[in-house]
Amino acid sequence: MLRDEDRIFTNLYGFEPFGLESARQRGDWDGTKEILDLGRDKIIELVKESGLRGRGGAGFSTGMKWSFMPKKTDGGPVYLVINADEGEPGTCKDREIMRHDPHKLLEGCLIAGFAIGATACYIYIRGEFYDEGSHVQQAIDEAYAAGLLGKNACGSGYDYDIYLHRGAGAYICGEETALIESLEGKKGQPRNKPPFPAMAGLYSRPTTVNNVESIAVVPTILRRGPSWFANLGRPKNSGTKLFNISGHVNQPCTVEEEMGIPLKELIEKHAGGVRGGWDNLLAIIPGGSSVPMLPKDICDTVLMDFDSLREVKSGLGTAAVIVMDKSTDVVKAIARLAKFYMHESCGQCTPCREGTGWMWRVMERMVKGQARVEEIDMLLDVTKEIEGHTICALGDAAAWPIQGLIRHFRPEMERRILAYRSSAERGAARMAAE
Amino acid sequence: MSAATVPGTAPGSFQFTPENMELAQRIIAKYPPGRQQSAVMPLLDLAQRQNDNWLPEAAINYVADLLEMPRIRAKEVATFYTMYNLKPVGKHFVQVCTTTPCWLRGSDDVLHACEKKLGIKPGETTADGQFTVIEVECLGACVNAPMMQVNDDFYEDLTAETTEAILDKLARGEKPVPGPQSGRKGSYPIGGPTTLVEQAIRAGVKPAGQK
Repeated sequence: MLRDEDRIFTNLYGFEPFGLESARQRGDWDGTKEILDLGRDKIIELVKESGLRGRGGAGFSTGMKWSFMPKKTDGGPVYLVINADEGEPGTCKDREIMRHDPHKLLEGCLIAGFAIGATACYIYIRGEFYDEGSHVQQAIDEAYAAGLLGKNACGSGYDYDIYLHRGAGAYICGEETALIESLEGKKGQPRNKPPFPAMAGLYSRPTTVNNVESIAVVPTILRRGPSWFANLGRPKNSGTKLFNISGHVNQPCTVEEEMGIPLKELIEKHAGGVRGGWDNLLAIIPGGSSVPMLPKDICDTVLMDFDSLREVKSGLGTAAVIVMDKSTDVVKAIARLAKFYMHESCGQCTPCREGTGWMWRVMERMVKGQARVEEIDMLLDVTKEIEGHTICALGDAAAWPIQGLIRHFRPEMERRILAYRSSAERGAARMAAE
Repeated sequence: MSAATVPGTAPGSFQFTPENMELAQRIIAKYPPGRQQSAVMPLLDLAQRQNDNWLPEAAINYVADLLEMPRIRAKEVATFYTMYNLKPVGKHFVQVCTTTPCWLRGSDDVLHACEKKLGIKPGETTADGQFTVIEVECLGACVNAPMMQVNDDFYEDLTAETTEAILDKLARGEKPVPGPQSGRKGSYPIGGPTTLVEQAIRAGVKPAGQK
């Protein structure tokens, strides 16, 4: 288990105030100027060395992403945009950072913005997070008053502004180009790539979009050294990570742990175990609703990191662990996710707009078994027609939970269909007899 | 039909109060010159807050005109995002999350408790205009599921009983304490934190396994 002294988010549960004074006591904003004095290239190099991979779901190297930003610009604005539109079902980690440790995020925004040559930063927070947004805004105000942000931020000679922007309810705005569209005051519909945001993002200017957690860990990594972070976890899956454990566990919680912790250990150590014991486990969605579920036999041994979960055809995603015990109607659990994706499809691409509704309707029939066995393969085919055929990854995200269900629970789906048919036949026979 | 949804109550005109106009100008100043359209979402939110938590067409047009953007673009925004209410809602706007993580922890019970207590179905408003209940998608408090949001406040770790208690308090004009209703604060395991032990003790919270 990760030692308490190796945790980054030491106020994860809000045991202390979130304000600047407490944040400083926790070590935030300590020597920030010296970090900036390292220079852009050095900071990017150190973040690459730490092995930090994006915490928003895709797991792309954060340092590498920063290095895509143009080294020289025409002198116009360059933006860092923070994706705080946390909405992936199961996920509530950035919420804890923003309401209890917002200064970690702000210091990270300054360092990251400096490293990519940004002139300003927008933090795009989901509108429902009213308190969380208020805490971030108060922290911004404190940081300006203390000279940490704004003109000559931290005495570095670098001028840098951070603004909070509240969303208004749209899961799709967690997709980086939809988020940019939304920030420009439009419907949140994803853009085609290329051009990538690093070339033409917000207001068609060079832009990097990073997740809250990815940015909030950067100051600590640079203070403690990239090798400290790289030595935690496993090769290419380094560092610590916030895990959200929800569903059928005795004590749902958010916890910071080492990457690569066995899933079973994570649940038993921190979440009080599966309701009714480990043997009562049916399946787990290990990384937020978009990643395929895993049946118990895989959960017995799988490690919680990007590459281990990819090997079992799932993913770490946002590290939001959704646990389902044997009492769960697993088909209904996935049907409910299908409804979520139908609701959240932005309607731009036909396969997603039409496909998410079609999949949900078929899934609702599958819950009752009111289908033909061949329709399971038809459903699988349709998920493949959506996956990879849309501008953004929402189509993939809608397809994968259903693919995971069919991969691991096809016998249960067939059982329901046969049971429904035989009960219908019995009903017909009874009517004929009467 | 409830009093709050009688057609014809939509005001024909809308404008910000002087205080909100000042706030609006501060919001617009967050964005670069010429990019004031970026302020459309926060300004629609501000207008909604000024107008009993819903957005009449007059308010959408007013915001569009203020930002010098086509009215249809503002209307697109107002209809795309779920947080804009395009018709009147109750004084207490109750949003029950029913997405899978909340559903696994009993969001059906929470929703039924709301229906039973208030005598309305999701999407409806009580006749006295006090409560509207809707089902919503994931609100991002999954380790504190099931949960509901009432206006700006999250109520978490709910049961049917605590849900009813919250609605009772609201009906009496009291303000229930937001957050988890289970006794824990935040998102540590309810049996006590398994990590950040020193911080927990300093805050007077018993870590896991300590008596």
